[in-house]
Amino acid sequence: MGRSIKPQHDLQRTSVVVSLVGCVAFLTASCQRAGVLDPRGPVGSAQRLILFDSTAIMLVVVAPVILATLAFAWWYRSSNPRAVRSSELAYEGRIEFVVWSIPALTVLLLGGVIWIGSHQLDPRATLPAKAAPLKVDVVALDWKWLFIYPDQGIAAVNQLTIPVDTPIAFRVTSATVMNSFFVPQLGSQIYAMGGMTTHLNLLASEPGEYTGISANFSGQDFARMRFLVKAEPADDFGGWVAQVRTTGSALDAASFTELAKPGTIPPTTYQSVAPKLFERIVERTAAGSARDRVGTAWCPPVPQEEP
Amino acid sequence: MFGKLSWAAIPFHEPIPLISTAVVAAIMLVALAVVTAKGWWPYLWREWLKSVDHKRIGVMYVTLGFVMLLRGFADALMMRSQQAFAVGSSQGYLPPEHYNQVFSAHGTIMIFFVAMPLVIGLMNFVVPLQLGVRDVAFPVLNSVSFWLTAAGALLVNMSLVIGNFARTGWMGYPPLSGLAFSPDVGVDYYLWSLQISGLGTLFTGVNFVTTILKLRAPGMTYFRMPVFCWTALAANLLIVAAFPILTATFLMLLLDRYLGMHFFTNEAGGNQMMYVNLFWAWGHPEVYVLILPAFGVFSEVAATFSGKPLFSYRSMVLATLAICVLSFMVWLHHFFTMGAGANVNAFFGIMSAIIAVPTGVKVFNWLFTLFRGRIVFATPMLFLIGFIVTFVIGGMTGVLLAVPPINFVLHNSVFLVAHFHNVIIAGTVFGALAGYNYWFPKAFGFTLDDRLGQCSFWCWLIGFYLAFMPLYVLGLMGMTRRLQHIADPSWRPWLLVAGAGAIVIFCGILCQIAQLYVSIRTRERRRDVTGDPWNGRTLEWATSSPPPAYNFAVLPKVETIDAFWEMKRRRRRPATAYEAIEVPHNSATGIVISFFAVVAGFALIWHIWWLAIAGLLAAAATVVAFGWSDEREHRIPAAEVARMERTRVRLGGSA
Repeated sequence: MGRSIKPQHDLQRTSVVVSLVGCVAFLTASCQRAGVLDPRGPVGSAQRLILFDSTAIMLVVVAPVILATLAFAWWYRSSNPRAVRSSELAYEGRIEFVVWSIPALTVLLLGGVIWIGSHQLDPRATLPAKAAPLKVDVVALDWKWLFIYPDQGIAAVNQLTIPVDTPIAFRVTSATVMNSFFVPQLGSQIYAMGGMTTHLNLLASEPGEYTGISANFSGQDFARMRFLVKAEPADDFGGWVAQVRTTGSALDAASFTELAKPGTIPPTTYQSVAPKLFERIVERTAAGSARDRVGTAWCPPVPQEEP
Repeated sequence: MFGKLSWAAIPFHEPIPLISTAVVAAIMLVALAVVTAKGWWPYLWREWLKSVDHKRIGVMYVTLGFVMLLRGFADALMMRSQQAFAVGSSQGYLPPEHYNQVFSAHGTIMIFFVAMPLVIGLMNFVVPLQLGVRDVAFPVLNSVSFWLTAAGALLVNMSLVIGNFARTGWMGYPPLSGLAFSPDVGVDYYLWSLQISGLGTLFTGVNFVTTILKLRAPGMTYFRMPVFCWTALAANLLIVAAFPILTATFLMLLLDRYLGMHFFTNEAGGNQMMYVNLFWAWGHPEVYVLILPAFGVFSEVAATFSGKPLFSYRSMVLATLAICVLSFMVWLHHFFTMGAGANVNAFFGIMSAIIAVPTGVKVFNWLFTLFRGRIVFATPMLFLIGFIVTFVIGGMTGVLLAVPPINFVLHNSVFLVAHFHNVIIAGTVFGALAGYNYWFPKAFGFTLDDRLGQCSFWCWLIGFYLAFMPLYVLGLMGMTRRLQHIADPSWRPWLLVAGAGAIVIFCGILCQIAQLYVSIRTRERRRDVTGDPWNGRTLEWATSSPPPAYNFAVLPKVETIDAFWEMKRRRRRPATAYEAIEVPHNSATGIVISFFAVVAGFALIWHIWWLAIAGLLAAAATVVAFGWSDEREHRIPAAEVARMERTRVRLGGSA
């Protein structure tokens, strides 16, 4: 007991490991051309800025604490004859004052960032832009995403085509369990919940293809519940709408019932959509996921036929 | 007759659960055979299984925690390997059916049956000793608590071979966990095992709050209690306030599942958001139940191995209580993305950041405890240094996640997974391991091998960084959690590093096992004859190692903080005037009740109604039988105490 074991060596190893891993992680993450560090819209950019600012504010405290811990541990090792020790030091008013002040001031600063950031980046807040917003209604299904364009009267599954520099006003719900609608490179995600509507406003400022996912575990094929976001110049978007209107089938109650059955499908488009389909899904009057009927004998949503 | 139970429930056609069950069963059979062959059963039954001694219950809790760590860690290795292989066109070796059970079981086991038993075990062993008393307030209830926790752990493990476990994640969000989407028994295993063990945890909370408030050595005022006791008090207040929320929430989900009600379904006015709110109203205090006792361990370790009193004791106590209260005001930060307004999100974001203030104060106080100390680098001290350096990173990423606009892009990502492993491994697990190395000699009378302890520390530390720093990166790259298949091949290098990290942590666990084995083999050389192997400061070091059943022959008189340090300074002579001591009888009540709880839980899961009723009635009858018994303690006469004390002092134990 009480044996001191070459502390210098051990602690150097800690610091080397910590700094190496930290540097490598940070550098590689910042070079990576995808994800939330590579935003393609104002929401994601603002969020990345807040991420960097908040990290910097905290590193001002955290980095010295890490260094001081290693330095104190090394210097006050029991085998160091040069260390000045005071074995009764248990309280010192000035240190105490600083000890409470530093985290309090840091949090005060961060509190400001949180308050302003929460309001500026409220998912409901409409985005300032020259173009009028495009409405898109999003429905999470068992392991696919349905996108309804109510003003265009068309719909698509697992592909979300949007015009660039146009704010997109999403209404989001679920015809099944809870999911989360998320396009990492555009910014904020929002939950998709049965019987409820959540709102999200996003904007793509560069044309391109981005990956969209569900960010809340939803069962069997959750990992495959991905969709492709195509951000196109406004003219191309108009062309895409016109093309969708002339091809494919219609999305009515019957085909929605079919679509809502658990499973995965490749991207699809629908040339027309039954009126108020989104509202009816929210109100649970549309045929929901086939899984819903189990255990709801007392108040069935709508009689359905077995396939 | 047997409800939903049939031969189809046993996965004969699925090799992975079948083989793992066979291995576990083989190990258990060998263990049972050895115990039987050596004739240890009567001793085990009398002295351990029936024991109501807080020290033995503490040891059994910690043992349960370490055994379940192996199970939970096996799940972790399966997840890491699946994510490392199932990239692009490969589907890996675990279909979603299995993978989704594996991560659900991993979370459930690690939180409820590893972290909780480890911290409750340490509190059980240490708190009465530090308070200078002879037991907890309700010794038999303490045994019931432990056995109910063990019952829950047993039920979770039964799901491996009979039926299946939940495929909902450890939080069991409805409607996914509702009957419509999870019609089989998996969620029922999850709910009933946590209901049963949760009851045990609530009893622990009541027991320890009472013990700390009502039973302390003469002279031990609140502000003379060791900081570990303060953190234990805060943690148990949180248990008492928070666990009933979990029990009620699960009860509502059970009513949905068993009686077709609609608390949380999509239909008939059910509201899934209510479950999420209630779950985290328990869940956030719960993480402080796990971390506060670890803070307490580190406070003791910092003072002891720096040869100094803890810096600014009152600040530490204040910070502990501030965290205890604030932890109930932040639950919404687990779901900023649910669509609440900006004011609500901002409020909960700021409240969460405010918790960083008392936590930061604690970190600074540990730092100034090291300052001008005489630091001895034994294993617990290494865990303390590793903890501070690593935990502040986890704290920082935690505050980042508490900023709502940042949370909108990192919620549910593997960045979040990295964050909470950063605080739970570097905080709770390192704290538990520091406490295990620190108090082991007190429990068993010999020290643990320090070299292997240090090996395990370095493996845990390096393994942690390798396993979780890549997840921070992947989270920023847009990877969400719980993916059975990885679509983006560019993530693979990071997942391979994370997998390597898990293997390094596994080496750390092997080092611990080796440490225990080697230490037992060489125990004669490493006997702690003084009762005070580390030059300790608090009362647990004032008695012998291991302490007698009654802990202290004469209750110590406390005049300061660090009571034992003061006694040593004043060279206080051991007392010789003994009085008779009352000790509780050992009781089979706990193990019998829990046996029936397992029976009833299993029957409820499989809808075997007659057996469920029989199990519940039998458990209730056991309680009544205990209530009827007259003789619950016996007195050790003063002469007998004096004789035992003379023997101990001759063997080297101090007073």
